[in-house]
Amino acid sequence: MTLLEEPIRELGRRLREREISAVELAEEALARAKELDPTLGAFLRVTPELALEAAAVADLRLQEDPAGAPILCGIPVAYKDVVCTEGVETTAGSQILRGFVPPYSATVVDRLSALGVVPLGKLNCDEFAMGSSNENSAYQLTRNPWDPERVAGGSSGGSAVAVAARLACVTLGSDTGGSIRLPASFSGVVGVKPTYGRVSRYGLIAFASSLDQIGPLAKTVEDAALVLTAIAGQDPRDSTSVVAPVDGFLGELRAGVKGLRLGIPKEYLEVGLDPGVRAVFEQSIRMLEGLGAVTQEVSLPTTEYALSAYYVIAPAEVSSNLARMDGVRFGPGFAGATTLKEAYEQARHEGFGEEVRRRVTLGTYALSSGYYDAYYLRAQKVRTLVAQDFDLAFAQVDAIISPTAPTAAFRLGERTADPLAMYATDVLTLPANLAGISGISVPAGFAAGLPVGLQVLGPYLGESTCFRVAQSLETEARIWDRLPPLAVAPA
Amino acid sequence: MAQERASAPLAGSIALSEVAHVSNLARLGLTPPELEKLAAQLDVIVAAVGKLSSADTSSVEATAQVGGLRNVTRADVVSPGLSAEEALANATAKAAGFLRVPAIQ
Repeated sequence: MTLLEEPIRELGRRLREREISAVELAEEALARAKELDPTLGAFLRVTPELALEAAAVADLRLQEDPAGAPILCGIPVAYKDVVCTEGVETTAGSQILRGFVPPYSATVVDRLSALGVVPLGKLNCDEFAMGSSNENSAYQLTRNPWDPERVAGGSSGGSAVAVAARLACVTLGSDTGGSIRLPASFSGVVGVKPTYGRVSRYGLIAFASSLDQIGPLAKTVEDAALVLTAIAGQDPRDSTSVVAPVDGFLGELRAGVKGLRLGIPKEYLEVGLDPGVRAVFEQSIRMLEGLGAVTQEVSLPTTEYALSAYYVIAPAEVSSNLARMDGVRFGPGFAGATTLKEAYEQARHEGFGEEVRRRVTLGTYALSSGYYDAYYLRAQKVRTLVAQDFDLAFAQVDAIISPTAPTAAFRLGERTADPLAMYATDVLTLPANLAGISGISVPAGFAAGLPVGLQVLGPYLGESTCFRVAQSLETEARIWDRLPPLAVAPA
Repeated sequence: MAQERASAPLAGSIALSEVAHVSNLARLGLTPPELEKLAAQLDVIVAAVGKLSSADTSSVEATAQVGGLRNVTRADVVSPGLSAEEALANATAKAAGFLRVPAIQ
């Protein structure tokens, strides 16, 4: 039905054999966005000229040297709006950055551009990546392409929907507490949170500096692995990025799971799983066991404190990171303010939405004199316990599996009045961010017609194992190519 | 506000005056009704995260950073950064190559 249904390798073959051109592929992506995105709301801005320019250059490169051109040459991509793109407005989903045009691009954008990708535009997200449903964007709603009355998940909701609705081949999102994996699960696509330090954060508008990671969302595990290979690697401009080989993700991909030990954390099954989600999870276990994996129960006892620790650490770090949003060097300004304090207050009052205000206040409180030890320091100690739990578990098993979320996509507006209910959406994803380990969500099945993802967690720098398990499930489940209703026609 | 509470158990609640104080520190410019609404929400959230006080953290150090990296440095070599023009490009108020803001008082 559309070229955008094909995985990257197949598109690469067609491009090199001149069955299609990169310009045609870009035109098709842009036409689909024009037709379908008014309903879906995945894109904050589409960049047709940049896309077609890059596609023309890609076509030349593919013609001159088909064998030598990178696998991602000519492939349409899009970026979550927290990723800086030089010359293209970048807002982080917030009014305080309305009109901000970055003078530089993020490292991940530079790396993908050098490989010849076709950049389609910037994707909607929760404001400053804070949220689990994409409902905190200060600009527009993003709807789930499986049911337009439901959330896409957040905070990389636009990134997930663009892939699910086949508007882009792959997208980049960011994951701080589950913001790639959760929308991937809710929207029925693959999403990867790399090990902390795998992918440079240079040019990522910071939310929580010790938790954030940029990662790929894609239709297939292999496509995600191809993109991760392209963007990962130490960057001198990000002092928290690590030196580690990046060539292993694809090699082991189809090694299968025979003999692999998979741990199921008992605490993750006690969080009030929706029965439909539980059923899909159990079916996934049976599938993986049928392929030769060996499952066993593991325990992650600090799980019950992880949510609290995260909702101290993340707000604390964001209160510091968002101090730079002062309306002075960027932002809508402060017309009429007569003192500097008034100027800051006006810019930030107009520029920040409710969730941002909540977290900045909570974070400032947790770091303030008299409370720092009791909250922030204590939370960072609990974080050590969370990491230790995983270390102990990974001594017994090769990977940990669980549902990505306790439920499938909930209705728009269902959790917006209750912050704690919204925060609890991330209960199964955020421990991996606290520990810094790698994780992937892969489509595992459906519950009442809505996608349900399987989460695979691997040890520090253990993405290859995650990919291997996810690939086995994808091949067995055979649902990756199922199209959501709103990928076919607007509602 | 600056009372030392390091060894006391978490209060598990947050007063309106504390919310007003920290949101003032954060220059959020909240109106009184906004402050009240926020304080009510934060009271619930602070009570929930107060759960941390029952975790046994006596055996561990805080995690400042998960990767174990230390003292990552680069060679002390000057390289070009943004030009003044580039750096000011997104500012709404400028004068003579400077950012322009109202006076402090």
